Amino acid sequence: MAGGGNNEEELSPDDEHIISASEEEDGSDDESKHAKLLEAISSLGKRKRMKRTERSEASVQVSEFSVNADGTGEKVNLSDLLGTMDKTPGAPNKTKQQLKNLQNRKETLELPLSKQQTEKIQREVAYDKSSKEVSRWETVITQNQKAEQLVFPLRQDPTGPKRMEQVVAGWKAKTPLEKEIFSLLHSNNQPIHDPLLTPAEEASIKAMSLEEAKIRQAEFRKARVLQSYYEAKARRERKIKSKKYHKLQKKAKVKAFLKQFDEMMKTDPAGALEELKKMELSRMQERMSLKHQNSGKWAKSKAIMAKYDDAARKAMQEQLEMNKQLTQKLVVPSDDDDDEERNVEEADALPDFVNDPEPILDSVNPWMRGKLTQEHSEPEVTAVATETAVETKDEGQNGQREDEEEEENEEEKLLREFERKRKLRQDEDDDLVPVPQEEKQGERFSLCFTKPRHFLAIFSKLSLFNRLMKSSSVPPVPEQTGAEEAELLDEGLVRVRTMDDLEALQQDVVMDTTQPAPASATPAPSMETTSEPPKKKKKKKGIDPNEVLTKEAKVIKMPLAPTVVEEEEEEVSEVHAEQTAIIKEAFAGDDVISDFLKDKRKQEKAGQAEVVDLTLPGWGEWGGVGLKPSKRKRRKFRLKAPAPPLRKDQNLPDVIISEKRNSSVANHQVSQLPFPFQNSTQFESCVRFPVGQTWNTQTTFRKLTAPKVVTKMGAIIEPMSKEDLPYKTNSRASLCILYIQSKLLN
Amino acid sequence: MAAPGGEAQTTAHVGKRRKRPRRYWEQTSKKYNSGGKSSDGAKQKAKKRRGDRRKKRKGGLSGEVESEDPKLCEQTQETGKKDNSGEKSSDGPKQKAKRRRVDRRKKRKGNLTVKVVSEDTSKKDNDGEKSVDGTKDTADENATKRSDAKFISGKVDPFPGEAPIPEERLRKFQRGNKFVVPEEIRSKLKDTLAKSQEAADLAQTQAARYDLLLTEDAGFLEGDEGEDTCTISQDDIAEAVDITSGSKYFNLRLTQFGPYRLDYSRTGRHLLLAGRRGHVTCIEWQTKNLMCEMNVMETVKDIKWLHSEAMFAVAQKKWLYIYDSNGTELHCIKKFNDVLRMQFLPYHFLLATASATGFLQYLDVSVGKEVAAINTKLGRLDVMAQNPYNAVIHLGHPNGTVSLWSPNQKEPLVKMLCHRGGVRSLTVDRTGTYMVTSGLDRKLKVYDIRAFKPLNSYFLPAGASCLSLSQRGLLSASTGDIVQVYRDVWGSGPMTKPYMAHRVRGTVWGVGYCPFEDVLGVGHAEGFTSMIVPGAGEPNFDALDMNPYRSTKQRQEWEVKALLEKVQPELISLDPGLLGKVDKATFEQKHKERVETLGYDPLAVEKFKPRMRKRGRSAAGAVEKRKKKVAHEDQRDVIRKSVKERMEKEKEKKRKDSAKEQLGEKTALDRFKK
Repeated sequence: MAGGGNNEEELSPDDEHIISASEEEDGSDDESKHAKLLEAISSLGKRKRMKRTERSEASVQVSEFSVNADGTGEKVNLSDLLGTMDKTPGAPNKTKQQLKNLQNRKETLELPLSKQQTEKIQREVAYDKSSKEVSRWETVITQNQKAEQLVFPLRQDPTGPKRMEQVVAGWKAKTPLEKEIFSLLHSNNQPIHDPLLTPAEEASIKAMSLEEAKIRQAEFRKARVLQSYYEAKARRERKIKSKKYHKLQKKAKVKAFLKQFDEMMKTDPAGALEELKKMELSRMQERMSLKHQNSGKWAKSKAIMAKYDDAARKAMQEQLEMNKQLTQKLVVPSDDDDDEERNVEEADALPDFVNDPEPILDSVNPWMRGKLTQEHSEPEVTAVATETAVETKDEGQNGQREDEEEEENEEEKLLREFERKRKLRQDEDDDLVPVPQEEKQGERFSLCFTKPRHFLAIFSKLSLFNRLMKSSSVPPVPEQTGAEEAELLDEGLVRVRTMDDLEALQQDVVMDTTQPAPASATPAPSMETTSEPPKKKKKKKGIDPNEVLTKEAKVIKMPLAPTVVEEEEEEVSEVHAEQTAIIKEAFAGDDVISDFLKDKRKQEKAGQAEVVDLTLPGWGEWGGVGLKPSKRKRRKFRLKAPAPPLRKDQNLPDVIISEKRNSSVANHQVSQLPFPFQNSTQFESCVRFPVGQTWNTQTTFRKLTAPKVVTKMGAIIEPMSKEDLPYKTNSRASLCILYIQSKLLN
Repeated sequence: MAAPGGEAQTTAHVGKRRKRPRRYWEQTSKKYNSGGKSSDGAKQKAKKRRGDRRKKRKGGLSGEVESEDPKLCEQTQETGKKDNSGEKSSDGPKQKAKRRRVDRRKKRKGNLTVKVVSEDTSKKDNDGEKSVDGTKDTADENATKRSDAKFISGKVDPFPGEAPIPEERLRKFQRGNKFVVPEEIRSKLKDTLAKSQEAADLAQTQAARYDLLLTEDAGFLEGDEGEDTCTISQDDIAEAVDITSGSKYFNLRLTQFGPYRLDYSRTGRHLLLAGRRGHVTCIEWQTKNLMCEMNVMETVKDIKWLHSEAMFAVAQKKWLYIYDSNGTELHCIKKFNDVLRMQFLPYHFLLATASATGFLQYLDVSVGKEVAAINTKLGRLDVMAQNPYNAVIHLGHPNGTVSLWSPNQKEPLVKMLCHRGGVRSLTVDRTGTYMVTSGLDRKLKVYDIRAFKPLNSYFLPAGASCLSLSQRGLLSASTGDIVQVYRDVWGSGPMTKPYMAHRVRGTVWGVGYCPFEDVLGVGHAEGFTSMIVPGAGEPNFDALDMNPYRSTKQRQEWEVKALLEKVQPELISLDPGLLGKVDKATFEQKHKERVETLGYDPLAVEKFKPRMRKRGRSAAGAVEKRKKKVAHEDQRDVIRKSVKERMEKEKEKKRKDSAKEQLGEKTALDRFKK
């Protein structure tokens, strides 16, 4: 340790010396001194610092070994960078401020996503983009796929004469004559290139026609005159000093407004809502201001007078009343009756609007209301009015219902759906109570007038309104649910509404099933009327020979008798008998009919599969000569083949039809349904008519056998370009709208 | 396939409501009946005194031909229009029309009060429209033009748009039922179906529209009150009609070489006669131009034209020979021996022969190959006919049965008992609807061969030996030396007497109607007689199919086209529309057929064969042991697989059950519960 101390002591004077030296020599040898100092400092540390490499020469190649990893472990702080920032004069202050803010932030930035994830996201985005791009072609492609014939190249120049300008697009005047003509045209503002019209002509077209201008001018004039009239009138009226007049005027205005409001509720609920919103606003204003709180100058003076003057007292009272009415919260019908009552009681005590839900902006959206009754539909005021008396009793129940309904939101929705459907289906259905649905909107209405007095009248109206709405708020849905369920489950084309309907439908179904049956059961081939009814052969026993060839023959008279027979022929009937006798004699030996029947029986037998007897005599019982296996066993071990399908000649006693399959045709037949077809009838219907020239007219034949793709000789077939795309409908529509708007503005 | 006629084949319709599936014949039969009824309505009736006839004959006939018949003028105008359209075949109908009109005129002028029943064209060949294709196109254009054209005068077209087509005519060209497209099918399919429906509608309406151009109609003989048409003699008719038509009644006295068989070519211009004692003649019968005549010095059983008038087949004593129209022997086909009867299927290029040994053979004349040889095992086959609708061959047998054959099946498609005695003759009508047979029991029977049911049965005192049906359904039956012609054989009421009758010199050996002509050829022991039978031939022909007036060049062209459109023999079956139906056979069925045709099972697993090993390791016991190791391996596989499947199924079921329990049997009605 002592050695170490010495060392320090030794060094320290040296250091001092150096420093002093530096002080002495000032700036002359500054740099070298500084370097020395650094060296000295560095020598203080045990570890030797790696020397930084410097690039002394400018070269393209930089050795990787010369790049050191200095300061790898150290963090670069923002402050390090900001130091320089302060000094830079070019940086704007805003940026500096932002950077400072950044510096103050403690949170670290989120790690950038991993490479895979970023790539994935990029892929997704790219996919979306490209799929969108590609899907634009869908319509074109399906159209081309569906097309019966495609003629390539797809885009063909329209045939027929072209406009001169198109033909002469690349043409320039060369000869002096041409040049002269062109200069003439130029000088006269004549169209040379594309436009067909001269600028002057275009301007004239753009300009309004004279008549139109006149009409518009007249309109303007009239409007101006009217305006001046009204202004004059208003001025005159304002100057009238009679209070009574103004009172009356106001009353009339209110009345008119009410009328208008009524109308509005029927015709334009949205507009009415707007008005009500205004009213709400006025209420707010009233609540904030002290206007009717008897705190003004006039009120104070009146308060003094009130003790003695009845009129003053009355006036004050009126003021208060007004305030009360104005600040009264519009009763929201969603509240229960009890609530309503409470509201009435505590109207002044508690500003209940605080707890109110926000006035619903979207009156159309039933989801925003959460109420069954707040269905939006056409108002049916008259119906409501008639039923109020009846329905008021049920209010209590209704309130209860509503409680439940709030819980059973889902069911409500369903019921709502039913309601709507039924509405659509049968609006005049008598047993259903028409559901008034406009009131909800009504109660939300608030009006804003310049004078608050206006809505005193309206309030009275609204209260009635609310009552009505309350009474009829719950539609009589529950009674209907049974039927509705049936309706929902029934998937037939006819909707069943009631049980009676259902029964009727069932009957219908039965009828339907029975009706076609007789039709199919009575096949009446016209041929059979002339021939004998087909004889049924008895089973197993075969065909009765008497039933074959039973057709009765008609004798035909011949005008000329054949020479051979002529001699013996006297009477036809006699001859007939004689002939039959002869025939019988001749064919006595070979019985044609029985032979044929035998043949037929043989064929039938060949078609049937044989019964296999698998009984083993002596198996499980005694065997031997003269012993037969038991009947039960024999029955058990006899394998019967399934019955063959009915023969085609089953009902034809004198016909044998071969049941063999014609496999030679089968080689040419279609054995597997081609792609779009789902069953054979569809396919067969498509190939049922011949396409060939032999069966069709020339034009039809050419049409039927037209090739699917036609290419024009020598034409270059280019891939589809963006020009082939149909116009985007959106852009088109917006263009249209723009156009219309501009027209309207004009 | 065989008949390009307008038979609409109806497909079974499967809709929401179940209907009784309609057979393909029902519609046609109804149609036919209605057509028959409508034919009764007479349009024209003209009477002349009997005495006039001679006078008229003396007073130049030619003047009469050009006489002022408004109809005639109209007709010539029409044909003139056709000419203008530049259609190559249009000269045909023109000539023909003239001739026919003149025919009719002659009939009317004659004393025998011939009433021409002009019939609705409903039974006409729908292909006839082809012949006037050129006009069609122009007409089409006109129609479209008219729809929007305004006259220069400023008048408005009082009948704008296309001319409406009568419902009835539309129905005539309906092919199959319209398919009702259900709502819920996918859009691609909907498009396909809609397009096909559109195409079908277009084809139908266009065909119906141009049916208008089939202007020709047929007439019949009609007697005075109380006068039977069958008593009118051929001489009378020939005298009454014009010279050209009159010349169609003629006799060829060929007494030397025995009874004659005959065959008209499909165009109706050429006639083949074959005497049993070897006399073979080939005549252009209208011009009476002899193309060739020879004696083959052998018994000739039958004779038949092949696809054109350039070649014909002769069934001689032993073998089948083929000659060209000059009489040069082209082939002697020894594979076809003892042929008794022949039929030529024109759309398949098949010559079907029936031999005395009971073989039915098919010869493809386009390639010269035998397509099929079927041993019918039904004895001597000397009664044969073809069904032009589906190219099925009908054979009559001595045991009273008629069997139907196709080259694809070794057994008869259908066998029907028609007569108590043997079948003497049979014929099938052009639409493939009716078959007429006659037997040794002297009965004449009319069958509906789509339902295989007898329609009518008649007793002919002497029985009919030869039967033939004309294009328009007139039946000729020969009894001994008398040829009778019947009308409305399958019509509404039963017929009681013939429409016409004619006695020839010898026993009739062969009868045949000339296509597109009102002529019946009768071959008999004493030669050949050509009879006039009004109303027998089809007045409208399809020039692209069969043109009676075609030139050599046209014939060559047609030949190439016909060969290209040749129908393969495999497609012959009872229902010619089978090709357009989906084959619903199961895999097993198909596999069985494959095995049958191949002779082995291509899918069979090879049997395990233990390898030969030395040093006693291939002793019987060891081999058995080795076999046992492998035995039932595949069976085990199957069992393993099935067990696995079962397990999986159970698992699935369990999973589902548990899921259900978790859900707790929730129903749609739960939401109403409180």
